[in-house]
Amino acid sequence: MSLEVDEVAKIADLARLAIRAEDAPAYARNLSAILELVDQMNAIDTVGVAPMAHPLDKVQRLRSDVVAESNQREQYQAIAPRVEAGLYLVPKVIE
Amino acid sequence: MMEWETVIGLEIHAQLATKSKIFSAAATAYGAEPNTQACAIDLGMPGVLPVLNREAVRMAVMLGLAIGANIARRSVFARKNYFYPDLPKGYQISQYELPVVGKGELLIDLDDGSSKVIGITRAHLEEDAGKSLHEDFQGLSGIDLNRAGTPLLEIVSEPDLRSAKEAVAYMKKLHQMVVYLGICDGNMQEGSFRCDANVSVRPKGQSSFGTRAEIKNLNSFRFVERAIEFEIERQIDRLESGGKIVQETRLYDPDKGETRPMRSKEEANDYRYFPDPDLLPLVLDEAFIDAARACLPELPDIKKQRFVAHYGLSNYDAGVLTAARELSDYYEAVVAAMGGEPKLCANWVMGDFSAFLNKDSKDLADSPVSAVQLAGLLRRIQDRTISGKIAKDVFEALWTGEGDTDAIIEKRGLRQITDMSAIEKVIDEVMAANPDQLIQYRAGKDKLFAFFVGQVMKVSKGKANPQQVNDLLAEKLKG
Amino acid sequence: MNASAPATMHEQTIAQLSAGLAAGQFSSEELTRAFLARIERDNPQLNAFITITAELALAQARAADEHRRRNQAGPLTGIPIAHKDIFCTNGVRTSCGSRMLDRFIAPYDATVVERLHAAGAVLLGKTNMDEFAMGSSNETSYYGPVRNPWDVNAVPGGSSGGSAAAIAARLTPGATGTDTGGSIRQPAALCGITGIKPTYGRVSRWGMIAYASSLDQAGPMARTAEDCALLLAAMAGFDPRDSTSVDQPVPDYAAGLNQPLAGLKIGLPKEYFGEGLDSAVAEVVTEAIAEYRRLGAEMVEISLPNSQLAIPVYYVVAPAECSSNLARFDGVRYGHRCENPKDLLDLYTRSRAEGFGAEVQRRILIGTFVLSTGYYDAYYLKAQQIRRLISDDFRRAFEQVDVIAGPTSPTVAFNLGEKVDDPITMYLSDIYTIAVNLAGLPGLSLLAGFVGQRPVGLQLIGNYFAEERLLNVAHRYQQVTDWHDRVPSAFA
Repeated sequence: MSLEVDEVAKIADLARLAIRAEDAPAYARNLSAILELVDQMNAIDTVGVAPMAHPLDKVQRLRSDVVAESNQREQYQAIAPRVEAGLYLVPKVIE
Repeated sequence: MMEWETVIGLEIHAQLATKSKIFSAAATAYGAEPNTQACAIDLGMPGVLPVLNREAVRMAVMLGLAIGANIARRSVFARKNYFYPDLPKGYQISQYELPVVGKGELLIDLDDGSSKVIGITRAHLEEDAGKSLHEDFQGLSGIDLNRAGTPLLEIVSEPDLRSAKEAVAYMKKLHQMVVYLGICDGNMQEGSFRCDANVSVRPKGQSSFGTRAEIKNLNSFRFVERAIEFEIERQIDRLESGGKIVQETRLYDPDKGETRPMRSKEEANDYRYFPDPDLLPLVLDEAFIDAARACLPELPDIKKQRFVAHYGLSNYDAGVLTAARELSDYYEAVVAAMGGEPKLCANWVMGDFSAFLNKDSKDLADSPVSAVQLAGLLRRIQDRTISGKIAKDVFEALWTGEGDTDAIIEKRGLRQITDMSAIEKVIDEVMAANPDQLIQYRAGKDKLFAFFVGQVMKVSKGKANPQQVNDLLAEKLKG
Repeated sequence: MNASAPATMHEQTIAQLSAGLAAGQFSSEELTRAFLARIERDNPQLNAFITITAELALAQARAADEHRRRNQAGPLTGIPIAHKDIFCTNGVRTSCGSRMLDRFIAPYDATVVERLHAAGAVLLGKTNMDEFAMGSSNETSYYGPVRNPWDVNAVPGGSSGGSAAAIAARLTPGATGTDTGGSIRQPAALCGITGIKPTYGRVSRWGMIAYASSLDQAGPMARTAEDCALLLAAMAGFDPRDSTSVDQPVPDYAAGLNQPLAGLKIGLPKEYFGEGLDSAVAEVVTEAIAEYRRLGAEMVEISLPNSQLAIPVYYVVAPAECSSNLARFDGVRYGHRCENPKDLLDLYTRSRAEGFGAEVQRRILIGTFVLSTGYYDAYYLKAQQIRRLISDDFRRAFEQVDVIAGPTSPTVAFNLGEKVDDPITMYLSDIYTIAVNLAGLPGLSLLAGFVGQRPVGLQLIGNYFAEERLLNVAHRYQQVTDWHDRVPSAFA
């Protein structure tokens, strides 16, 4: 399957990546080439094959309900691009 | 004029009352300073990983058992991918194809006294998001991630509800259930129990559903009712004026009493769900489920039936007393301490006791009058030490901490007069002081009996035993 | 400096250095200074390190020497190492090779970092890597490409290219790496060292910046299998912070190194020796296999019929997971944030477009696409189904053989810039390593010879949790050959 420039734009929008218009054709070309490679999968009959999400057949371990974290806001916010009054600041969120 | 039928389904988010978050060991306590309860995992720092909280799973299973649902022996956590500033990882960990709780049902009581079974499609575990604060920070929004990672149980109903009232009845019943189970504090103001309502209308008799609108984040019973009512009317108006309903997400504005489309949800979302590779399948064995079952309290409907059968209470009284688990426990403790008199206990628990709690806006847990103290008071009514009327004054004194019942009775000299000769003496005094009335009574003016009772009680400062006064007075007035 | 400290410390393996430290021939501080001096001299040319932690290293070295004085030393006490810059290091920049994290000072330590620190290892610095571990040549790093010490015009492989080059050039005796589709083994092969990707779940992923969570696995890189055994013993083990970490005891890898190989059944997958394999590389691998015959091993031809599908499956599964894993880099809580965002969407799209390089963006886009409505079944689900078929191929093979052997990479190191504009050709260089990640098996690469000046790696694949066996099989080969002692002439 190959992707057109407008489809790339739609995907980029979902992925929140600003792609410059002049770069879009190159992305479309590269992504199409990758999908072409990936399309080799179509030759295989997978009817009835259980998908494998994890390499090992293990089950989820559960942790005890214990509070073991303390306030480290200062340390965490020291690396934040923009904070005020303990809050992370972003351009206005519109609901 | 076309007749319309409303179809409503609710998605209720109940915050689970765990101490720590669903995937991290940060505290879930409400009201902390912004971002002081957001650990590296909650902040979605690079390289962090989730580990599932056992208690959240146990609580989800408890709800499943309480609504007679199938508990999935194997369920899967998935990632719901979307960008939003209160969603630190860019995805929410939720359950999608395989939820932990399958189909169940809930019986709701309607205003006309009938009841109705509402289907529950599923309930799944997920993490809550943070909060965006819109106060102005130089035109910016502030993000507080304390709530991020708080465990949520999303309980999805079938589209079985047919009116705003039914929706509220269902929500109240589910609220009662989660609080009874002890899996949610039920605090709606703090957002512990909130609701999204899917609302559509269709011409009566049509079997297919109309196009629905989803109203997000309703956090009070009143808002649910008003928002749905507004939305029903809006949809009918639109359709009757030849318009169409668009499938969209709407917000309820409590100030204006109306719903409006949510701007941030306008673009079509594609959540790209897939199994979270950081979490393995959740597999529950019988031992885990049995242990959760063993934690189930007596459920409200069953308790109500028992109160009717065992204590001889009316349906109404049993309903009031079992509405909250704490109140029913209190009631039963009073009955136990009294060793009987379930109706007297019920009257007092529902009456003065509840009124005082209400008046002082106190939680039952903070009541100054314990079940044993209340029983002590009721016992003095039962053994005729005081009358029911005097008991109200004693209760108030108990409430304000003047001491225990007997001490208050002694101190205030409230002991009921049950000595026949003492009562007779008062009656004689009253008869002597009111010769005209006596003559009239004896001439056939029966209504004056109440006057004499009143006078006797007044002279005795209310302490004379009313029954004895009645009996003796009737005899003496005859002459 | 201790006058008796030999000038050739950098030529020694970790095992030899450990013995030297134990014997008091030199201190950890001397050893650390020696490696720091080499890094200072050679790193500008190789670009193997993104961050050099000289002060921290010396402080840790002095602490190690103190521990040794108190008889609290283990085999790694005082041994200098380097961490791939994908592991979070508390207080030290952790860039993941990306502009996105150029100024990211990690607020906590990865489990691997914590464990190696607890074992007494000394951190020399953080090594260069392909951006977010996406690449096979180290050319996608924001910090520029790493050069191959055997030929500075060649790539070192990737994504753990900085670690591999630093070890080959003797700038560090050992380092950590991560391997999602070959990122330990392929650079180990191209730089002529030894590296092992353990079984998925053997080493904790806590604090290791995720690329593709169901494939990522950390492992050690060093000159010899023996050194890898020492490092892996410290790195491996159950971690309650990683749900996919396996609660299983860690064997004493060093103790099992010398088991004889007589009767060992080595499977040779016919698919690994067919079209696409460079004939000169094939010759070197064939000679290594002959050496194993001489050591008493028995060769069995096997088939892994779905091998050719590993790359297609990988380029669905890995990008899908990466598109989600990298969504957290949004310019809000840490990392690159664009200047003057005009609204929220602008903040996201510009911060991410500026912070991520082209290859990372390509993979995010592919991953976003294969998970999107209408394509999930045809791509993501299909890939996960074929993933099972690939895994089943290995399961059947291990019913017949103990270990599988073949080339690590179809060619020797290619030239810098040679494949950079052709992602597909670049992807094909991982053709023999990717299936191992899809199945979650352990795999090891060791130096088996040269084509011209450029090293050739032999790959050994083991059954689940058979790291001990793999290290043993590699070690026996290194006992009877001396490839692992060869030093690139410019860095002797």
